[in-house]
Amino acid sequence: MQVSSPIREPLIHGGKTLHDVSEDICRQVEAKPSTAWKIGFVISLAALSIGAISVWVLLWDGIGVWGLNKTVGWAWDITNFVWWVGIGHAGTLISAVLLLFRQKWRMSINRAAEAMTIFAVICALMFPAFHMGRLWLGFYWALPLPNTFGSLWVNFNSPLLWDVFAISTYFTVSLVFWYVGLIPDFATIRDRAKNKISKAVYGGLAMGWIGGAKDWSRYESVSLILAGLATPLVLSVHTIVSMDFATSIIPGWHTTIFPPYFVAGAIFSGFAMVLTLMLVTRKLFKLEDYITIGHIELMNIVIIVTGSIVGIAYITEFFIAWYSGVPGEQYAFINRATGPYWWAYATMMTANVISPQLFWVKKIRTSIVSTFIISIIVNIGMWFERFVIVVTSIHRDFLPSSWAMFYPTIHDVGVYLFSFGFFFTCYLLFSKYFPVINIAEIKGILKSDGEKK
Amino acid sequence: MESTKKQYWKGLEELSKDPEFVKHADKEFSEYLPTNSELEETEAGSTRRDFLKLMGFGMAAVTLASCEAPIRKAIPYVNKPVDVDPGVANYYATTYNQGGDYASIVVKTREGRPIKIEGNKLSKITQGGTNAQIEASVLSLYDKERLAQPLKGGEATDWETLDAEVAAKLTDIAAKGGHIRLVSNTIMSPTALKAIEEFKAKFGNVELVQYDTQSAYGLSKAHKDIYGVAGVPSYHFDKADVIVSFDADFLGSWISPIEYSKGYAKTRKLGPKKKTMSRHYHFESNLSLTGANADYRTPIKPSEQGSAVVALYNEVAAKTGGTSVSGGGDFANVKKAAADLVKAKGKSLVVSGSNDPAIQTLIASINMALANFEKTITLNDYSNARKGDDAQMSNFMADAKAGRLDAVVFLSCNPVYNHSKGAELAESLKKVALTVSTSDRNDETASLVNYVAPNNHFLESWSDSEPKNGTFSLGQPTISPIFKTRQEQESLLSWAGNTTSYFDYLKNNWKENFSEGKEGLAFQSFWDKCLQDGIYETSKENFEINYTMSDDNQAAATIANNYKGDGFELALYQKVAIGDGSQANNPWLQETPDPITKGTWDNYVTVSLSDAKALGITEYEGKSIKVELTVNGASHKLPVVIQPGQAKGTLGLALGYGRKNGGKVANNLGFDANPLVGTLNGGAYFSVTTGVNLVATDEAYQVARTQTHQTYMDRGNIIQEASLKEYQKDPMAGREVPMIATWQDQEHGKVKATTLSLWKGHEYPDHHWGLAIDLNSCTGCSACHVACVAENNIPVVGRQEVINRRDMHWMRIDRYYSSNEEELAKTDGLVDRLAALDIASENPEVTFQPMMCQHCNNAGCETVCPVAATTHSTSGLNQMVYNRCIGTRYCANNCAYKVRRFNWFKYHDNEQFDMNSSMNNDLGKMVLNPDVTVRSRGVMEKCSMCVQRIQSGKLEAKKEDRRTNDADITTACASACPSDAIVFGDMNDDNSQLSQLLRIKNEEGDYGIDKQVNEERAYAVLEETGSKPNVLYLTKIRNTDKKESHA
Repeated sequence: MQVSSPIREPLIHGGKTLHDVSEDICRQVEAKPSTAWKIGFVISLAALSIGAISVWVLLWDGIGVWGLNKTVGWAWDITNFVWWVGIGHAGTLISAVLLLFRQKWRMSINRAAEAMTIFAVICALMFPAFHMGRLWLGFYWALPLPNTFGSLWVNFNSPLLWDVFAISTYFTVSLVFWYVGLIPDFATIRDRAKNKISKAVYGGLAMGWIGGAKDWSRYESVSLILAGLATPLVLSVHTIVSMDFATSIIPGWHTTIFPPYFVAGAIFSGFAMVLTLMLVTRKLFKLEDYITIGHIELMNIVIIVTGSIVGIAYITEFFIAWYSGVPGEQYAFINRATGPYWWAYATMMTANVISPQLFWVKKIRTSIVSTFIISIIVNIGMWFERFVIVVTSIHRDFLPSSWAMFYPTIHDVGVYLFSFGFFFTCYLLFSKYFPVINIAEIKGILKSDGEKK
Repeated sequence: MESTKKQYWKGLEELSKDPEFVKHADKEFSEYLPTNSELEETEAGSTRRDFLKLMGFGMAAVTLASCEAPIRKAIPYVNKPVDVDPGVANYYATTYNQGGDYASIVVKTREGRPIKIEGNKLSKITQGGTNAQIEASVLSLYDKERLAQPLKGGEATDWETLDAEVAAKLTDIAAKGGHIRLVSNTIMSPTALKAIEEFKAKFGNVELVQYDTQSAYGLSKAHKDIYGVAGVPSYHFDKADVIVSFDADFLGSWISPIEYSKGYAKTRKLGPKKKTMSRHYHFESNLSLTGANADYRTPIKPSEQGSAVVALYNEVAAKTGGTSVSGGGDFANVKKAAADLVKAKGKSLVVSGSNDPAIQTLIASINMALANFEKTITLNDYSNARKGDDAQMSNFMADAKAGRLDAVVFLSCNPVYNHSKGAELAESLKKVALTVSTSDRNDETASLVNYVAPNNHFLESWSDSEPKNGTFSLGQPTISPIFKTRQEQESLLSWAGNTTSYFDYLKNNWKENFSEGKEGLAFQSFWDKCLQDGIYETSKENFEINYTMSDDNQAAATIANNYKGDGFELALYQKVAIGDGSQANNPWLQETPDPITKGTWDNYVTVSLSDAKALGITEYEGKSIKVELTVNGASHKLPVVIQPGQAKGTLGLALGYGRKNGGKVANNLGFDANPLVGTLNGGAYFSVTTGVNLVATDEAYQVARTQTHQTYMDRGNIIQEASLKEYQKDPMAGREVPMIATWQDQEHGKVKATTLSLWKGHEYPDHHWGLAIDLNSCTGCSACHVACVAENNIPVVGRQEVINRRDMHWMRIDRYYSSNEEELAKTDGLVDRLAALDIASENPEVTFQPMMCQHCNNAGCETVCPVAATTHSTSGLNQMVYNRCIGTRYCANNCAYKVRRFNWFKYHDNEQFDMNSSMNNDLGKMVLNPDVTVRSRGVMEKCSMCVQRIQSGKLEAKKEDRRTNDADITTACASACPSDAIVFGDMNDDNSQLSQLLRIKNEEGDYGIDKQVNEERAYAVLEETGSKPNVLYLTKIRNTDKKESHA
């Protein structure tokens, strides 16, 4: 039972009883899918299928179907990768870091955020895979596996290899964390199930959970341990992703500010994505009492903070470029803001630095419509941030003879669409078949008196 | 000893010798012991597991069987040829001689296939240099669009039929006293000329008409008229301190560029012992390769050609006490050039590319006044490179048109395409009773004739050449004819009734002429020596030259009369790679970027910066429009390139494009500008000075250019340059040495950026390979580029992929223009300044920088590869392991020099890239170098510093149990270079040319062994990044007076 001051705003509104909670959340799982869900699912599947054509063409014909060239060796692929990884940050942050800080408001959103994390990380992983010239070999050559090629080993100096470790660790821990949290809820659904198939399936998923004191004790310990494990990962994953750039020698990439700047950016975009999804889920699944304006406001505050960190990082980069006196560095940043990709830079600045500042106004940060719009704008901005970093830095680096432009092709768009299709297909399946809010935990924070509010 | 034969028995069964026991007595376990799992199976026979095993095996076997392994049959020789060892290359000296372009070459063959052409160092003319066209010609050998058999009326026939019919018809015509013409480009082969004489003798009324697509008629006519010399003079650029050229692109396309480059480069070399260099003035309309190398370049209009020469004539005359002629004008640098020329009397050289005898007369007189004859210009060893007679060709055209001719034989020439009156000739040919062509393909001319008797490729032929009076060269076949083709000389002989093989004919001719009475064995050894060397120089007696004075007033009057300009003027030129278009079906050449515009696969109108501005033509990241070019009333829609250095009011357009029957690669690329060539004073005139107009259209078009940014943005870490005066004062002039502040500043001051490193460095116990590239002698000619393509099996990707910026060239030549000073002066603040730096100057200084993998000691690519597919060798090479590469492209992104190339597609055996003929048809594949992997899709590739050559050189040395030396190994680029700008060598070998050039001291440094380079001019590009390349550049020094603006 939650012990908190009576003057505190309750986290769950509507005077829900314990039974109400089970009802409200299990309803989605047990009822037939709604029309809105079906429409969404069809759209997602369509996106996935259309995108699959591009993926097929990419794998069949070669990386040349993308718009990359001899100067710009990475563009949408790595932009999308970093963007999805960034989105995949919120889940762990909410469930692990906020757990350690005992932020109980996280309980309404952590399940969906974690699911989103897992799907986003899978989407992110697609891009390093697809961008490889020889995926059929790369998918296992990039791992430090004992092999028969002599004493051939991976290159531990390469940040790409660090990525492999960082992201696979993050993915594994997130997946386990998410699944462990789901077990008591699967048991709830199992116990409520009316047909045999549901009972069998959810029974299997619940792994024999009986809800005894021992179960709960182990559940709590595992959650705490996993939270402890996951917390450094929140910082490490994007730090290591940023090192793909920071350890290089390309002006605009070779920047020591990248690790904290990337982590802040990741949380920024992750929260924005959580908001986008939660606002829709909340509405469709009628979970307004569980995900309240209070939640939204708190998340918006995180967005202001991280958005401001990102803004300061942008300005710092410019300052350092000027202060360093290195002509290549200065050109890279001036070119960023005034060169042929100025529009990408302008989009990034507007969307990431200016738009979140609107949340200083209480009316805006407590308005669902404006939160929804800004959360989408922030994610567009964050995509452009990665595009600006990846493409505008290499498209004009050291030797002007090699300067070139990058023009995306239909297949750049197609593969990106594929990742979207995959993400939403997974998210919709999750929201239909899995409890979108942690039933067990949320019951712990109900006001004991069930007071109506 | 008591025998103790105690018996131990296992049980009563043994004791009682139970038959059941005896049966199994020899087994350890008398009963079959079932395994655990089988205990469960009570049924005998096949169990469930057996079933699964069988199923599994079956599935696996079927799956494996379906993976058909490609069958490659390696058939051993039944009778191995004596000198062919599989895996060992053979080299044969032979001669490249195509339409007057000459080089003595050495052909590398593997298992009987010619795969690479190198220069022949024994030749005093080409001195081991080659050029782009020669390097690429080996691919033309394997062009499957060459004719595979003779044609009669466009249909395949056999040689017997063709010979019988042609000979019969010729005999008929001869009997009637008909007119027979042999049409050819320059023939410099004495034996071929002898064969033609024999043909003439047989058929009587025969005339040999020679013409050149790049005519030097004016030059040879002037020298014939004045001095009675039957060729073009020999120019000795190596002896010239001051060179003035009027539109003569002598490094790129004029007469004998390899020879001239070799000489010119000698005057451009600098070092501690030689601190002087030649000064080169250039007057021209288009920015040519040669103009780009000039110290002073004055853009003039084609119509001003004459008056510029007259102006110089008068200036020189005034200074040498001669009389001036009328005319002339005021041109920048003429006075200065004249002063320098007079100062360097006898050590100067004035040349003109003009095809007007009047201009060449004045040029000869200027050289005479400067006492250059017998010094920088010699006539005794006149060159046979251009024997084309435009007047004779015009007569031929007129005769053909008038129907006066009865038989015409085109000897491997294509006038219907490459002569200005080609269309007219195409019509006239219908009036000729017998037309024969010996063209190797069914080209524009051959497709109109009655019989095509296809000639061999020169690599399948016997030949000899006399490039200069008294210097001979032999050519031997390096492969037997691939198709049913026959040497044209043999065809002529057989029609003339002489059935000797051309080999015997050639040998006999040499026996008669050069053997100096040697017979039998003596002759054979003389012949073998010539064949091995490829060249033979006789001591022909110098003939007396009558240095008469020419009538310069008359010439000046002719000039004043002939040159008139009005509005835009068009200057036609030949590109370094494509030339006159005879090798247009060679994709290596099509994809070789023009050294100046960096354009590929196209010709285009070049427009000056100010004209482009006035016409509203813009170019952004390579994207531009088409323009409408009107010449004498006819309009053509053409691509456009805004060209710095283009004289204001002039337009440039390349010949050699717009082939209709050149082959699949060549056809319909660009625009055929040959019909625009005019006539002036009897010679072909490669300019149109009146009736030219240009307007912009709104049709978007992009020329496929490999470089779209033209300046080096004043980045001193890329191009370091100085003027000669500065260099003489301080050899470090123009150098930019990056210094870095450290915490020890107070005591030690700033330190060199290269002394600081996070890395421990590499030790090179044995070899340490490196390259030095002299920016001062690199002319940008692109011979190295094509040599690299040929050596390293580099795929051609086609026009669209070049537009997509995916050319695969391992070696490129970056061409930078100086930034526009006026625009820079107007700027205020860094942002403005950077934008202005991107704008090239109207008449820029040009720098060429060959750029390939720099083989960095601290390579960005090596650290970032996740699978260690790119590594460092123990001799300083940055190695690329194709079969380990998974294609993340991280290395390419992190390469500061952007020299890594990714296989975006599968370029071999892929219809999408059928223009890549060296990898997409069985014949073309014969050109591939078997020592170099053909890379698969999805892997990264880059310059390997010709590691296959290094390995083979090391093996040679090892066999002889010694260390390698310079003679063992050189890279393809260094070997091809006609200006010796690229030097390869071992930096651990104090005696190597490279160590000497760079004055390398091996020192124990802070980290590992460090090379101390003492040559002041040597610098590494992007030194401050700490990449420590093994490729060093020598500063560009310009022989100009003006203070270099760049620090």
